[in-house]
Order: sequence, then C-alpha cells, then structure tokens
Amino acid sequence: MRDAAPLARLEDVGLSHDGGRTFIFRHVSLTLHKGEFVALLGPSGVGKSTVLRVLMGLSKPSEGVVRGPVHGEGDADAWQAGASGTKRRAQALVFQDPRLMPWRSVLRNVAFGLEGLGLSKHEKRERALAALRLVGLEEAADRWPKQLSGGQRQRVGVARALTVDPDLLLMDEPFGALDPITRESLQDELLRIWQQTHKTVLFVTHDIEEALKLATRILVLSGSPAEIVGELSIGAEHKAPDSLEFRAYAARLRGMIAGKPALSDAP
Amino acid sequence: MKAALSRQQRVGLSVLGLLVFFGSWEVAVCSGLLPSGMVPAPTSLWQAWVDEVHGGFWQQAILDSLSHYALGLLFGSVLGVLAGLLCGMVPVLDAFLSGIVHLLRPVPGLAWVPFAILWFGLNTSGATFVIAISVFWINFYAAYAAVRSVDPDLYELASAFGHGRFMGRLVKIVLPASAPGVMAGLRTGLGQGWMSVVAAELFGVPGIGARMMQASSLLATDVVVVYMLTMALLYAVTDFLFGFVRLHVLRWQA
Repeated sequence: MRDAAPLARLEDVGLSHDGGRTFIFRHVSLTLHKGEFVALLGPSGVGKSTVLRVLMGLSKPSEGVVRGPVHGEGDADAWQAGASGTKRRAQALVFQDPRLMPWRSVLRNVAFGLEGLGLSKHEKRERALAALRLVGLEEAADRWPKQLSGGQRQRVGVARALTVDPDLLLMDEPFGALDPITRESLQDELLRIWQQTHKTVLFVTHDIEEALKLATRILVLSGSPAEIVGELSIGAEHKAPDSLEFRAYAARLRGMIAGKPALSDAP
Repeated sequence: MKAALSRQQRVGLSVLGLLVFFGSWEVAVCSGLLPSGMVPAPTSLWQAWVDEVHGGFWQQAILDSLSHYALGLLFGSVLGVLAGLLCGMVPVLDAFLSGIVHLLRPVPGLAWVPFAILWFGLNTSGATFVIAISVFWINFYAAYAAVRSVDPDLYELASAFGHGRFMGRLVKIVLPASAPGVMAGLRTGLGQGWMSVVAAELFGVPGIGARMMQASSLLATDVVVVYMLTMALLYAVTDFLFGFVRLHVLRWQA
C-alpha cells in the first residue's frame, strides 16, 4: 500500500487564528497514498478536525503547503470540480453531525454534491440511488431526514460523500455521536464499502479501538500546538480486537498520545 | 387547563365567542346602553350592506382596494424580501445600509402620504406606494432575521460539496433554509397590507378606505362598520389562500 502513488499531502502546515502568536497545530506533514485508510487519532479538541478542513480546502493554513488530488494548493474550488467532464469531485467530506438539509428528501440530500456537475436529472437520480443502495438505505430515498434514526442519517451523510465518486474521502468523527451498537455496524459497513470502492480515506477519531479496527495506518496528533507525534502501520492480520497484537498496538498508541504532555511544547 | 382542546371544540368556542360579541352589542344598542346614533346595531348592518351592493359601491370599492392591495403587496414583499436576503448575506451591504435602515424604519407608512400625493398623485400609484412601504419593512426584517439564523454549518456543507460561491449559497442554502421565516413575514405583510389600504385611501384615492371616509362624514356609521367587516373578510380570505402556498412551500416541515 505504501508504494501507491501519493494522492494528497500536507507539508509543514500550521494554522493560527491570531496572526501567528499561538498555533492550533504546527509543523504537520502527512502524505496520503491511493487506496489507503488512514486514521488521524488524537484527544478531543486537539485540532484533528481543523487539520481535515485544511486538507479539504475549507480553511486556509497560516503556513505550509497543501497539495490535493487536483494540483491546486488548498483552493477548494480547484479541488472540487475535478477534471472537466469527469462528473465527479476530487474529494468529499462526511461530517460528525450529518448536516442533512431538512427541506430535501433523502435522495435529494444525497444528490446535493452532484448538482453543478453537468449531470442529467436521470443520471443524478441513478447515482444517488446507487449510493443509497451501498449504505443499505435505498428504500428510504423519498423520506424526509427527520423521519430517519441517527444511524440512518449518518448513512445518508456517507452516501452523499460517496456519490460524487471522490478520490479522497474525508471523515470527521462520523460515528462519534452514535450509540455503540449502531457505531459498530456502521464501522463494518464502512470497511465493506472501502474494500468495494478502493477509496482513499482519512478518518478522524479520538477512539483508539475504532482507529485500530478501521485503518491501515494511524497518525497520532497530540500536544499544544498539536503535531504528528507518532505513526503506526497495521497489517490486516492484527485486526482481531481480542488478539495480543491488537492490545499491544492500543498500548503503543496510548503511549504516543500521552508521551507528549500537552504543556511541554508550549512556547 | 390540562387537556388540549380538539379542533371542533376550538372552532365551536370561537363561533360562540362571536355570537356573544354580536349579541351583547345588539342588546347594548337596543336597550339604549349605547347611543344608536354613535353605534349601529348589528341587525341594521344587513340593510346597509344590501344598499351598498345595490348601488354598486361595495363591489367597486373592493375592486379598487384590491388593485392597490395586490400591487402594493407585490412590490413591498418582493423588494423587502430581496433587500432582507441581501443584507443578511452580504456583511458589507448590511453595514453600509444599517444607518439608512435605522433612519427610515421608524417612519410609519402613513407619514409617506404627503410624498405619495406629491410624487404619484391621488391615484392607484400613490396608494400602492404607501402600502408597499409598510409591507416592505415587515418583509425586510423577517427575511433578514431568517438569513441571519441559518445554521453556519450548512454554509460549510455547501462549500464542501461545490456550492460555496454566492449563487450556490443563495439558491441551495439561504433560500430554502430561510423559507419559514420569509413565509412568516409574507403572512404578516398580508395583514399589514390591508391596514395600510385604509390609510392610503383615506385621502381620497377611491376604494374601501375612501368609501368609509365618505360614510363617516355623513355619520352613516352602519356603512362604516360594513366596510370594516368587509376588510376583515378580505383579510381572512387572503390569509386562508396564503395558507395553501405556505403549506406547499414548507411541506417538509409538516
């Protein structure tokens, strides 16, 4: 997997909201390769989602360089349209709170990202339906979002991201607000979808078990300002949650997160 | 009161309330409690209405007023909603106009009548202008507040899915998200419009207001009340019809 072509990259990126006096994160460099499932792991409030938004082009970094699936450097519009005529978007985002639009039916929520890509009405409908099928919600296409459960709403959020056929799928703690049973079934589904579609995924989470279960590679973000303090590649054979290896990995990740006490890096 | 009333109970009670209102009014006039020269008895209204209809005054007044009302409402609503949406979306415009808005907002529609007469004359345009102004502000503030209360997360959603530019935000997020507030403003404007109709016509533009003015100068209080009730009826009809529009636009809220 590590031999695959690089798809997106952050080079020494930092973000400050007060003109450089304090940084949320700094000196963050990471590369995402085609087909990888990367987890960005770190404690709550450390700035994981902000890193994701910089990569997405939704926030401009204060320093460093962002290189996305298209040659743009952090320019959201250049990234999103994809090459002309491809009728896809280079990247898509799944939010923690699914952010469905209450005035749109489930189907039209999913089709949101397809609008403006020059698709016919029929094509849009077919592609949105296909994405709903992928998350097992085809029969809910004509319902309103408020008629769905929390887990179903998040599935719609995933379908909305998948339907634009992105090179890079960014997920911002998408299952964080769900009950454990629903979360587990959605994790399983996500793995199945990832194996089916070969998307490159960057998955933000604060849950060590979730990161270990899903990802092929884990980046640990910690400290203040936050930095990447550790990295771990996990072979598929070590994914059984009860195995010794799994527990050893979890212990190492805990060490990485804790090994960089929050105050030690303050200027 | 603990148990909620059923729909039938509420309608029944409101009809009962009306009967009590007109009944005690009638009794008060007949018993001499209220001077009949000052207050017409409800039972005398019927004859007054029939006379007005026979003379053709009633129909003409309604038609005249409806034309002022419809035009004033159209201009006031469209411009008010547009200005409110734009100010809500564009901070620079909002800041630029805020002083002007604060200056003009407290001026009641009635205060514009001298200018309406001066600029447009005693005609439909003048009346339309006065109505439009009072409707404008209601819709301006309703739309403005509706845009300002749009969940900012939805703008980020739009940016993430390729609709981050002005038109994308306007069409995909702002318009649908603010529709409930805009619809509420339009509905309030429907009522405010009828109130302004009288004000706009009191000065001689033909219509319900002008007819009321003529009747009151002849102390024909029954005719005045006939037109008061006519206006209430017209408001009820417009509000009822608008209910269908609202229900359709906001069907996702059902």
